[in-house]
Amino acid sequence: MSSSNAKKGADTRWDLGGGDMDRLLAEAKASKGESLWNDSLRRLKANRPAWWSLRFLGLFALMSILAPLLPLRSPVAVNTASGAQAPALVWGDGQYMADVAAGDDITERNIQDSYWELSALDKTLIHARVGIFGRWQTGHWLGTDHLGRDLLSRLIWGSRTSILVALAATFCSLLIGVVYGAFSGLSGGRVDNLMMRVVDVLYSIPFIFVVIFLITLIGDYRMLLEEKMGLDREKVFYLVIGAIYWLTMARVVRGQVLSLKNSEFVEASRVLGASTARILFQHIVPNVLSIVVVYLTLTIPSVMLFEAFLSFLGLGIEPPKVSWGTIAVEATSAINPLRLFWWMVVFLAMAMGSALLALNILGDGLRDALDPRMRGKD
Amino acid sequence: MTRFLLRRLLWFAITMFVVMSVSFVLMRSVKGGPFDQDRNVEPAIEQNLKKKYHLDWPMWKQFLHYVGPLNLDERGLFGEGEKSGEKAFGGVLSGDFGPSFRYRDYTVNDIIGQSLPISALLGTVAMMWALALGISTGIASALRRGSGLDLAMRLAATAGIALPNFVIAGFLIVCFVFLIPLFPVAGWGSIRTMILPGFCLGLVFAAYISRLTRTGMLEALSQEHIRTAHAKGLSPGTVVMRHALKGGLLPVVSYLGPATAGILTGSLVIERIFFIPGTGSHFVNSAINRDYTLAMGVTILYTVLVYSLNLVVDLIYTLLDPRIALEDE
Repeated sequence: MSSSNAKKGADTRWDLGGGDMDRLLAEAKASKGESLWNDSLRRLKANRPAWWSLRFLGLFALMSILAPLLPLRSPVAVNTASGAQAPALVWGDGQYMADVAAGDDITERNIQDSYWELSALDKTLIHARVGIFGRWQTGHWLGTDHLGRDLLSRLIWGSRTSILVALAATFCSLLIGVVYGAFSGLSGGRVDNLMMRVVDVLYSIPFIFVVIFLITLIGDYRMLLEEKMGLDREKVFYLVIGAIYWLTMARVVRGQVLSLKNSEFVEASRVLGASTARILFQHIVPNVLSIVVVYLTLTIPSVMLFEAFLSFLGLGIEPPKVSWGTIAVEATSAINPLRLFWWMVVFLAMAMGSALLALNILGDGLRDALDPRMRGKD
Repeated sequence: MTRFLLRRLLWFAITMFVVMSVSFVLMRSVKGGPFDQDRNVEPAIEQNLKKKYHLDWPMWKQFLHYVGPLNLDERGLFGEGEKSGEKAFGGVLSGDFGPSFRYRDYTVNDIIGQSLPISALLGTVAMMWALALGISTGIASALRRGSGLDLAMRLAATAGIALPNFVIAGFLIVCFVFLIPLFPVAGWGSIRTMILPGFCLGLVFAAYISRLTRTGMLEALSQEHIRTAHAKGLSPGTVVMRHALKGGLLPVVSYLGPATAGILTGSLVIERIFFIPGTGSHFVNSAINRDYTLAMGVTILYTVLVYSLNLVVDLIYTLLDPRIALEDE
């Protein structure tokens, strides 16, 4: 309850005659308690590193969503003549989609050549980009790889894939984890015990090996999955990653549900005659949500790392699509004693490092903000 | 105690059975079989190959043969002819992972036997280094809480956790192989070749251990018995090393299980970057080449390894902290 309302309430507490009662009731209705979310937002704002991380990530997300609108070079166009160029501050040139004759419209086919299969929205954005910037595109500001592909463009387009994988896979893990954990916590007793033992067992298995094994096997069922279930490799990939990251979520949600179920305010609400649905949606869901958000922000960076890890091993995203993992493969394989392509490793490390660091700091900050008891504990 | 162990083992057996049977069925029902990447072979040869690897048997029999412990082919206990009984036991349960599908002349056991010592050595180097660096920085951080040193170390730890190890490895190769030529770029053999891969592999875990040690030490240092120790007039060094460290390292002990699993996983990438012929790189290659028996063998081996290490860690944990009872499980 905000302080001014509380004070007014205190002044008139004993004067309950006639119209005062109505006034009091109206006042009580008007006064809004500080919600969990407002309170947390305030605490998050007070945490400077976390707040800056949030802004940075917002900017970063905007940049990667709007990648087709930016005057970037094609991330896949091979140009061996300008292969392995060091970063240079050249303003840019007017060569974007140079094979399209002047005055011609850019067709589906041209886009397919310069990128890969893009969504309708992305195609619209590319047309808009040509409308804004014309044929102008940036110079090789961050250098090129050994095939002459522009690193800046690859990093930004790669971030799209990485973020998308992270979000999709995290969402999968969220779905499985929350449903499993909530069910386990709400059932209690033997069911709960059995379900949690299963999680314990799964925890102690190095699932990454099993997953890599499964992904290779799935490679052989590719046609079948695509025809029968409409799942392409990437969707399977999300599902598989999601399916191994739900364990922590399930544990956390179950613990929270269990403690909430037996908490005094839920008891009080039950005594007051609230229905099960009301208790669930008014008390349990919002309180579980906070901890879910925290684990979400901590899961996203680890899923991004895992995607990069699998792509690095050649089991994740496949060319021509770009992800940070595929760039990392090229960067490390380009290391050779004859010529040092330092820029590939350095800029990739900077991009990945800053994004993942910001996500981690934000996750820690959110945890402190949403659950003040956790403050200072790692 | 015995009940706890038995229960854990039972659960483990069930899990392994599920993992093995699901992957076995998936593996064997792949269209074309494991040989379809080769040039077209004569039907007769194909027949022979299938016979050699028992692909002509019904699925259940293949599975039983793979799991063991009884050898089901003609050399097994129930075999006919003169070779009968020559090799009565076989399959995973008797430690035999079968032939490799890709490297024809080798069994999975041969390949693992050659590569596992290399991976084990690399993993040990990484773990030692992670423990040494993590614990020392963690203690320093906790003792100088709130100082610039503490802040710098925490930031470094967060960065170490956030960056993938292959990016760090690339970075370090650029720095310490080419710019300042201290180490060879790749290979395996001498101690000099082990330093860089071990460092890259252990860095993430050093960062985690540092964080855990810091938290554990802060908690341990705020306990009553530490105040008593100070009050008794013990030197600060003795208080920290003798009294606080034991309690402060508990979180690190419980992290050792997951850390081992992580080091095994990390070695997949590190072995690939530094061209180290360990089990990790064999596993990745086998996954890419669809050498299913090898991939499955390594998976099973690592799972058993990590599971038993976790169990050992849990047991050590209860020895160190008597407040935790195993029966609670």
